[in-house]
Amino acid sequence: MKKFINNVDDFLKESLNGFGKAHSEIIKVNFEPNFISRKTKTKEGKVSLISGGGSGHEPMHGGFVGHGMLDAACPGFVFSAPTPDQMQAAAEHVDSGAGVLFIVKNYSGDIMNFQMGAEMYSGKNDSIITNDDVAVEDSTFTTGRRGVAATVLVEKIVGSLAENGGSLEECKKLGEKVNKNSGTMGVAFTSCTVPAAGKPTFDIGNDEMEFGVGIHGEPGRKREKIQPSKTIVNNMLEAILDDLKPQKNEKTLLFVNGMGGTPLTELYLVYDDACEILKSKGIEITRSLVGNYCTSLEMQGASITLLKCDEEILKNWDAPVHTAAMRWGM
Amino acid sequence: MSVNFLISQAKNIQIVIDQNAAEIEALDQNIGDGDHIFNVQRGLKLVVELEDDIKNLPLQKGLNMIAMKVLSGIGGSSGALFGTFFMSMAKTPDLDKDIDFKKACEMVITGINAMKERGKADVGEKTMMDVLIPVSEKLNELKSGNTDMKEGLSEITKIAEDRMLATKDMLATKGRASFLGERAKGHIDPGARSSQLIIDTICKSLINK
Repeated sequence: MKKFINNVDDFLKESLNGFGKAHSEIIKVNFEPNFISRKTKTKEGKVSLISGGGSGHEPMHGGFVGHGMLDAACPGFVFSAPTPDQMQAAAEHVDSGAGVLFIVKNYSGDIMNFQMGAEMYSGKNDSIITNDDVAVEDSTFTTGRRGVAATVLVEKIVGSLAENGGSLEECKKLGEKVNKNSGTMGVAFTSCTVPAAGKPTFDIGNDEMEFGVGIHGEPGRKREKIQPSKTIVNNMLEAILDDLKPQKNEKTLLFVNGMGGTPLTELYLVYDDACEILKSKGIEITRSLVGNYCTSLEMQGASITLLKCDEEILKNWDAPVHTAAMRWGM
Repeated sequence: MSVNFLISQAKNIQIVIDQNAAEIEALDQNIGDGDHIFNVQRGLKLVVELEDDIKNLPLQKGLNMIAMKVLSGIGGSSGALFGTFFMSMAKTPDLDKDIDFKKACEMVITGINAMKERGKADVGEKTMMDVLIPVSEKLNELKSGNTDMKEGLSEITKIAEDRMLATKDMLATKGRASFLGERAKGHIDPGARSSQLIIDTICKSLINK
């Protein structure tokens, strides 16, 4: 394992320390229990948004704390859900009385810990569960689909509504709409290495890719031989379009997300391929996002998320945001 | 059952889990993401380190402190589930009285029921509950029957092992392995394996006492 590490046990603490120092004009890092909050207090009447999950997906979620997005983020150990006391403490810290909306990715550990945190918090609160990953079949009897990159879009769009005075119910409703309107498919070329494990999570041949990979290096739909980008992107989009079934000329946001180890050069190439393919199918791309937002440590690979946009979604997407990882309009 | 009993069991379990860590990690890498063993090891270390703080406390207080430590120190599914286990055990009535075998069974059954509720997983879903639920059912039988305790515990180790092995051919419908579909088949569930090892360690230490 080649990583910047002093001591495996201090990995998270030292990384959070650095994050706090680098972005001290926007956020503050609280330790024991660990959570990242905005530097300023939540304004009266504003619903607070709290997300969180295992670390290793940076900038998600700490990088999305700030004006127009989250009020707090609770980082767990690498790839392990955070603990209920973190959510409780974060909620007590940020809630200005208008209530707390927890944004949770659909993984068993995250669901259970957020649920317990919500039970321990005495203030008004509700939750949204994201499950945009089309690689996994949905069913009411199983854990269902994973919550992956569309969580970034949910946090941005709901964050804007909350900033502009949306109620807890309205924020939850919009979040659920964004989640329902988005689909994500991921592909990995290499594994990632969890610091505590010290070795790659999975073995993969030099000429192979994992189609439908999750954001923790957990296996996806199938292992395949690597193909030209156009073919890979086409297969990814097919899976998404099968699921989302956008209308002809429907407006969409196209989000190409890097898993951490793929250069932007390649992500833009993927974006180009995706544009061509979507155009040929008569789907209009009205907004874009390209970059490493929901990563899996140093994994090489990318996910594509397509979000069907109505006016409400577009308006809130365009609204000003100022966080460590996303900034425009202010 | 006493706080000292819990601590000494945690120490025994820590040794066994460490001995089998590589196997559990490999199982998790096959069908999960490899964090389970680290979570279990971290949890055991935290409980063992609590010894000086809790060794003189009454059982209920000790259990609650273990629960909070596990809940806030582990993370992931294991933290929530094992934290729930201890928290619910602490809620069993009459813990200030002497804890005999029947009472101890009742406590464990209460704890496992709460885990089932929290994880919303039942038997046959390829999780640790595949081991824990049948064990809980057997404890219920032992609690109300007249079987010899050691004989009963030996039956429990057998049940735990059989049920752990049975997860191999299951499709997962809960937890991270559920995302794999058919590909989860052929691998024992790492949570079922770690739970079986824990149960095996406790039972054998009581049988050999």
